Amino acid sequence: MVLVYTSSPEGQLKKSAFEAVTYGYKAAQIIGTEVLALTIGNVDNAGVLGQYGASKVLNAAGADSFDSGVYAAIIADVAQKVGATIIVIADDSTGKSLLGRVAVRLDAGAVSGVKSLPDTAAGFVVKKNVFSGKAIVDYNISSDKKVISIAGNTFPPEVVGSDVAVEAAGVDVPASRVRIKEVNTVKGTVPLPEAELVVSAGRGVKDPGNWGIIEELAEHLGATTACSRPVADVGWRPHHEHVGQTGVAIRPNLYIAIGISGAIQHLAGVNQSKTIVVINKDPEAPFFKAADYGIVGDLFEVVPRLNEAIKKFKAS
Amino acid sequence: MKLLVCVSKTPDTTTKISFANNDTEFNTQGVQYIMNPYDEWYALVRALELKEALGGTVTTINVGPAANDTVIRKGLAIGADDAIRVDAPENCSAYYVAKQIAEQSKAGAYDIIFFGKETIDYNGAQIGAMVAEMLDIPFISYATKMELAANTATISRDIEGGQEVLEVDTPFALSAAKGLAEQRIPNMRGIMMAKRKPLNVVPPVDVTEKVSVASYALPPAKKDCHYIDAEDMDKLVELLHSEAKVI
Ligand SMILES: Cc1cc2nc3c(=O)[nH]c(=O)nc-3n(C[C@H](O)[C@H](O)[C@H](O)COP(=O)(O)OP(=O)(O)OC[C@H]3O[C@@H](n4cnc5c(N)ncnc54)[C@H](O)[C@@H]3O)c2cc1C
Repeated sequence: MVLVYTSSPEGQLKKSAFEAVTYGYKAAQIIGTEVLALTIGNVDNAGVLGQYGASKVLNAAGADSFDSGVYAAIIADVAQKVGATIIVIADDSTGKSLLGRVAVRLDAGAVSGVKSLPDTAAGFVVKKNVFSGKAIVDYNISSDKKVISIAGNTFPPEVVGSDVAVEAAGVDVPASRVRIKEVNTVKGTVPLPEAELVVSAGRGVKDPGNWGIIEELAEHLGATTACSRPVADVGWRPHHEHVGQTGVAIRPNLYIAIGISGAIQHLAGVNQSKTIVVINKDPEAPFFKAADYGIVGDLFEVVPRLNEAIKKFKAS
Repeated sequence: MKLLVCVSKTPDTTTKISFANNDTEFNTQGVQYIMNPYDEWYALVRALELKEALGGTVTTINVGPAANDTVIRKGLAIGADDAIRVDAPENCSAYYVAKQIAEQSKAGAYDIIFFGKETIDYNGAQIGAMVAEMLDIPFISYATKMELAANTATISRDIEGGQEVLEVDTPFALSAAKGLAEQRIPNMRGIMMAKRKPLNVVPPVDVTEKVSVASYALPPAKKDCHYIDAEDMDKLVELLHSEAKVI
């Protein structure tokens, strides 16, 4: 049995949940078994996970606010109860707090940020990017039980079935030792780690008042905005937009870098993007080495032109 | 207040990555090692700030070979009081390292155990959660701010698209992200004093490994950048649509 824990911030299942179930479904096919999905707390419309391949959805009610200790106990208990040998979690902020705990509880081997389906030809081998994307490791998990977290935006959700019933998980919910006081998230936009399209700008934009053309581009594309570290450090942009080694690591389908030089620490967080566009007036900017498409030019001329071109494209 | 900071050694960010032994090992030839930035800049410094404000001790722990002593001494130079090194081979699994840290923590009865949010080499982000589970204490990942009043900490942590603020009582473990503290550069006096501070080397406990590296590979080479005339943004849009298929 494969068990997928799907997180549900504020009661909502998100793309990462569907990706995880899709992964679990495919892994289950490889080893010839079924996939069960587990949700914790009050979750809207959890039966939809059946569409991505879950044969059943289990819900553990009564643990609405996140405590990694409580959630790990629930996941491990359910895994024991249903006899799961593979436990799949998304590698997001929740998954990062859970993976190690669940592994310890189940005496299982764990790999985080997995980017391939298991290869069972010789053992149980999964791939993971290491050194911030500069190398790939094949890990072999030799324990009976395996716990993995999967990299975001890597396994596109695939609909293979229809809604299924949601049943009570029937496990104890331990008391929480963490008291959540506030949750402050941006509303109305896709959070960066989940965004498929990202428009990012750096010091080349020169002044926080100049961000209008960047935001306009993001709006035309339906993209999320990001920035380089110095820009967040001086407070031109909010801290959660900072991408790179010390900020958020992302892997969108499209990353447009505007007025960013492409320092190695910046690249560490964005070089796994599928397509990279670089707009920079300096033809020697290191970012061009990592770019798929490059535009050498003044961003204050190029970006408005790009905005017009996208408007035209969207209208056609 | 007894504080434990887990410090790891990682290759410098600019390291050229290559492999040895038929791509089964990371080639350490000529590699410059540093203390993992999240451990050094944020975890260690926040622990030192707490000690300065409230009294107590800051101990660092590292699991690895004697070659790691340089990095451990740097932690002492920045201000830790003493250090533990669990004498272990290079490149053990996260589980192995966690088990060693948990064993040592039991003996020390620490109020807070600090980790970095991940190491910049294997990007695993697993050990903090493992140690917390082994010790049955709360674990808060990606902490960007932490204040302590009596035995209750108020912590902000990064979540998708924002921040969460929570309270937790000691003892607990956290992993440190940017914002938790500001980097400190060791001064001459710190470096001199570090030489005389205790660095206790202890033997490891036995662990059966559950995960091993089968092989390493480099990512596929990036194709050359396709330059587009700055005047012709219709062309870019067309390529993004029909060639890259991202819009
Ligand atoms: C340990 C460490 C960790 C770090 N972590 C991160 C991280 O996580 N994320 C991060 O981003 N940085 C990080 N940095 C900082 C990083 O090294 C760079 O300093 C930073 O990324 C540079 O930001 P930038 O590209 O916006 O600015 P700059 O390097 O100043 O580049 C600005 C660019 O804009 C271009 N430009 C200027 N005007 C125009 C114009 N009119 N039109 C077009 N182009 C123009 C310039 O040619 C230049 O290439 C880290 C540094 C260290 C040491």
